[in-house]
Amino acid sequence: MKDQISSSPEKLPPALECRDVGRTFMIKRGMFAQKQPLKAVQDINLKINRGDVLAIVGESGCGKTTLAQMLLGLLQPTNGEILLDGQPINSISIKEIATKVQPVFQDPYSSLNPRKTIEQIILLPLIVHKIGTVKDRRERVEKYMRLVGLPKRLVHSYPNQLSGGQRQRVAIARALIMEPKIVVCDEPTSALDVSVQAHILNLLQDLRTKLDLTYAFISHDLAVVEHLADSVAVMYLGRLIEFGKAADIFSNPQHPYTRALLDSVLTPDPSLGLPKITLGKGLPNPLSPPSGCYFHPRCPEATEECHQHTPVLKDTGERLVECHLH
Amino acid sequence: MTVPVVLNVENLSVEITVPAGTLHAVSNLSLKVHQGETLCIVGESGCGKSITSLAIMNLLPSKAKLTADTMSLEGRDLLDIRESEFASLRGDRIGMIFQDPMTSLNPVFRIGEQLEEVYIQHGKGGRKEARERAEFLLEKVGIIAPAERLSQYPHQLSGGLRQRMMIAMTLMCDPAMIIADEPTTALDVTMQAQTLNLLRSLQKECNTGLVLITHDLGIVARMADRVMVMYAGRSVETGTAVEIFEKPTHPYTQGLINCIPVPGRTKPGSHLGSIRGIVPALVGDIEGCMFRNRCDHVSEECYSGEIGLNEISEGRAYRCLLSPEESLRNFKLKGAA
Amino acid sequence: MNNQSLDTTDDRADEFEVSVPSPPELMKRRAKSHIGFILGGSVVLIALLVAIFAPVLAPADPYDQDLTRRLIDPIWGAKGTWKNPLGTDALGRDYLSRIMFGSQVSLMIGFFAAAVSAIVGSCIGMIGGYFGGRIDNFIMYLINVKLALPGLLVALSLVSVFGGSIIALILILSFLFWDRYAVVTRSVTQQIRVNDYITAAQALGTSHTRIILGEILPNVMNQIIVIASLEMAVAIIIEAALSFLGLGVQPPTPSWGLLVSEGRSFMFFKPHLIVLPGMAIFLLVIAINMMGDGIRDITAPEGRN
Ligand SMILES: Nc1ncnc2c1ncn2[C@@H]1O[C@H](COP(=O)(O)OP(=O)(O)OP(=O)(O)O)[C@@H](O)[C@H]1O
Ligand SMILES: Nc1ncnc2c1ncn2[C@@H]1O[C@H](COP(=O)(O)OP(=O)(O)OP(=O)(O)O)[C@@H](O)[C@H]1O
Ligand code: SF4
Ligand SMILES: [Mg+2]
Ligand SMILES: [Mg+2]
Repeated sequence: MKDQISSSPEKLPPALECRDVGRTFMIKRGMFAQKQPLKAVQDINLKINRGDVLAIVGESGCGKTTLAQMLLGLLQPTNGEILLDGQPINSISIKEIATKVQPVFQDPYSSLNPRKTIEQIILLPLIVHKIGTVKDRRERVEKYMRLVGLPKRLVHSYPNQLSGGQRQRVAIARALIMEPKIVVCDEPTSALDVSVQAHILNLLQDLRTKLDLTYAFISHDLAVVEHLADSVAVMYLGRLIEFGKAADIFSNPQHPYTRALLDSVLTPDPSLGLPKITLGKGLPNPLSPPSGCYFHPRCPEATEECHQHTPVLKDTGERLVECHLH
Repeated sequence: MTVPVVLNVENLSVEITVPAGTLHAVSNLSLKVHQGETLCIVGESGCGKSITSLAIMNLLPSKAKLTADTMSLEGRDLLDIRESEFASLRGDRIGMIFQDPMTSLNPVFRIGEQLEEVYIQHGKGGRKEARERAEFLLEKVGIIAPAERLSQYPHQLSGGLRQRMMIAMTLMCDPAMIIADEPTTALDVTMQAQTLNLLRSLQKECNTGLVLITHDLGIVARMADRVMVMYAGRSVETGTAVEIFEKPTHPYTQGLINCIPVPGRTKPGSHLGSIRGIVPALVGDIEGCMFRNRCDHVSEECYSGEIGLNEISEGRAYRCLLSPEESLRNFKLKGAA
Repeated sequence: MNNQSLDTTDDRADEFEVSVPSPPELMKRRAKSHIGFILGGSVVLIALLVAIFAPVLAPADPYDQDLTRRLIDPIWGAKGTWKNPLGTDALGRDYLSRIMFGSQVSLMIGFFAAAVSAIVGSCIGMIGGYFGGRIDNFIMYLINVKLALPGLLVALSLVSVFGGSIIALILILSFLFWDRYAVVTRSVTQQIRVNDYITAAQALGTSHTRIILGEILPNVMNQIIVIASLEMAVAIIIEAALSFLGLGVQPPTPSWGLLVSEGRSFMFFKPHLIVLPGMAIFLLVIAINMMGDGIRDITAPEGRN
């Protein structure tokens, strides 16, 4: 699988590309406070090749969802540009983006309208895009329900009658019925039990090969990421700090934060104790990020230089790392 | 040398009255925790983990009914004491840590006041000693500048810090027993590892018994001395962590272990093992094995009677009709290298 | 494809699968066992039927005067006759027919005032809640201005300026009522807006109108209906009060408020002239309120479990 991807023809532009993408929110704290800029995402550069799975990892609040919303065309970047198939995304209408990129969300309870039947939910994209006759649409819904493993008897059920796993399948069917090439999954399994998670991960794998899909897969579970991803982007406080092939990142993490993340993975091996993580406790405030390298207050290897200067993202061919040590 | 038992529960059952009938949230559950020991309770959502912990703390909702043969803490019977006596035990001899610390910290009081209150209320000493103890513990849980933190309000702290505060608060009176219900589920992975480390070192230091409730097999493997796997309100397998992960005997445990991707064990991109079917609703009486609709080795006999616990050795048991040999023969680590 | 991951496609239900009722089923079930709803609903339904079929059902023309047969007692009175089961009024018009036709006015004003204000208020509320920001600030400003107005005084002065035609009354009452819908739908919309199914719809390029009407409205509908039923009852009372004061519907149109007003001078020796239309108002308003409470209970969201 992976070899095939690296040998994909150079002429084709990547499925998605971010060039210096940033998003700043102006937020107000308190009644009379001045608005302050919050840089939720800063200067992100990355590419997702066709058929690849790009995993985006990082701790809560580091900007993963914000980035995903920009990839979906739901949020405009405040700077930089996003290219979809080589075309700037802001030159394409949201309806056209919708035919190429579709989302799957984390919470299977809030992602389905409780007042609609499963059929109505999966149909919505076809109605909005005025695709097919009533009969065509029915058939297509049936086809996609089969594809995601939903029994036919559920077509007229309501979301409250489904289990968490089934709901997530409905969400996947709704995303796929437009036949997009890219699916942005924002923590699609983190609200599910492990046995249900396994079903959904297997399904995502199957659909990927069957429909030739490209995934942007947001997750905080590195075991899942290792299982699924071809390339990994690690974010910290809105910045991309490491990016590379999944196999490389997992075998040889370079940024101290990536290393800490990998060390924190708890494999179910009772012969190993708990990992000693030596990250400082100073959790950063995104409204007033630290000087120099954003990670330096917690970095076990920080030097004087890290306090003073922001490291630049170093591009060593396959790998991007933003750290003074590299 | 025998280590004394801190918490002993035998045949605990909890029934909740719901509109559709009686919900058997917990059925005939027994557990024992020794001093300084960690018992992990693991299972899927809705299998009764939280209800078990609430039952032990005597904090069940009013529509829930508890029955048990024995329930004792440090040899003291918990079944026959009044609520007021129980209240004086909570926070003193037995503490609880919840998933979301915000729900157990009062937002309108300073952290320090809340920590000190626990100490003073249980008659451990005055305000001054309480303050000292709080600062001492905050330092222990790795908080820099404790004095400053104590004068903050809960919402001013990050999730990780709040969870540390909760741990410190639970330890104020040096309890014999801590029950932690998914204490790190809301935290980031790096924070999770740090918090677990902390909980563990403090527990070993104070020789406290710990019941750790989680659905994360990784946490179980790394934290547990002994493990109890729960399914549909019942304990389906118990054993030491090594036994559970190396020789899982119940088909459900085997299924769970094969469900999760494990770096280094499962091949990236391969199919994960999975358990088919759904978790039974616990309303009404069901005969036979609760796992039969999802089990690959189901037979006629699994449909009737009460499937008892099969005891292999002291503290090692499983609830299935298969013999241990038969069951183990069926088990193969998925994608094992 | 690997079959193992797809085993839920199996069309047989799992052995332990329990059937959870769907929201419409659940509502149906609750409706069937809700005494208040059934009772109130039936009274409202009867009133509605009477109003619609009044021309057929009424024994006489409500405008037909017969000065020789004035102030006849109802059937249970000393000189009651079956010709006028509820007697006649001061101008000799058949009282039963007048009360039956009076339900037309009450229901029409009640229904349309509630409906017009529901449409206007909910649209305003949902727009504010959905878009937020400046639009929402503006809408909050409108709501606050409305809340600061002394509603009844404004209504009275508007009636005296524009007269008491039914359409004018409906519009004036709608103006009195819209803010309640706006406040409620706005806050409910704010909660719904953050749900992922709204984001999913946005990611499809769905128009804002479609999101508001197709995704949000079905989730706000219960609240709207509950408020509407309460406002309808209030509208009927206000109409009666205005007509009683001579500011509402003008004679000879039979309106319950007007009937009470006309019967006033005979209060002591022909009490039925005010008791009967008064009872009609009372019964209808109580029934509508019971129905509204019922709808609230029936559509209450079920728990996640
Ligand atoms: N609409 C918004 N207005 C203001 N600030 C926002 C908005 N959306 C996100 N933020 C802020 O931007 C930062 C990044 O948020 P984001 O939701 O992208 O994080 P995340 O990585 O998805 O976190 P999580 O893992 O918790 O989902 C956070 O500090 C958040 O508070
Ligand atoms: N207050 C309640 N009323 C009715 N049923 C309840 C109540 N609390 C829990 N239950 C039911 O009892 C069963 C066990 O619930 P419990 O909360 O113990 O599960 P859990 O194992 O803690 O799950 P999770 O991992 O989701 O926290 C579930 O079926 C649940 O629906
Ligand atoms: S008792 Fe039967 S159904 Fe239950 S786990 Fe054992 S073999 Fe499977
Ligand atoms: Mg997010
Ligand atoms: Mg729980």
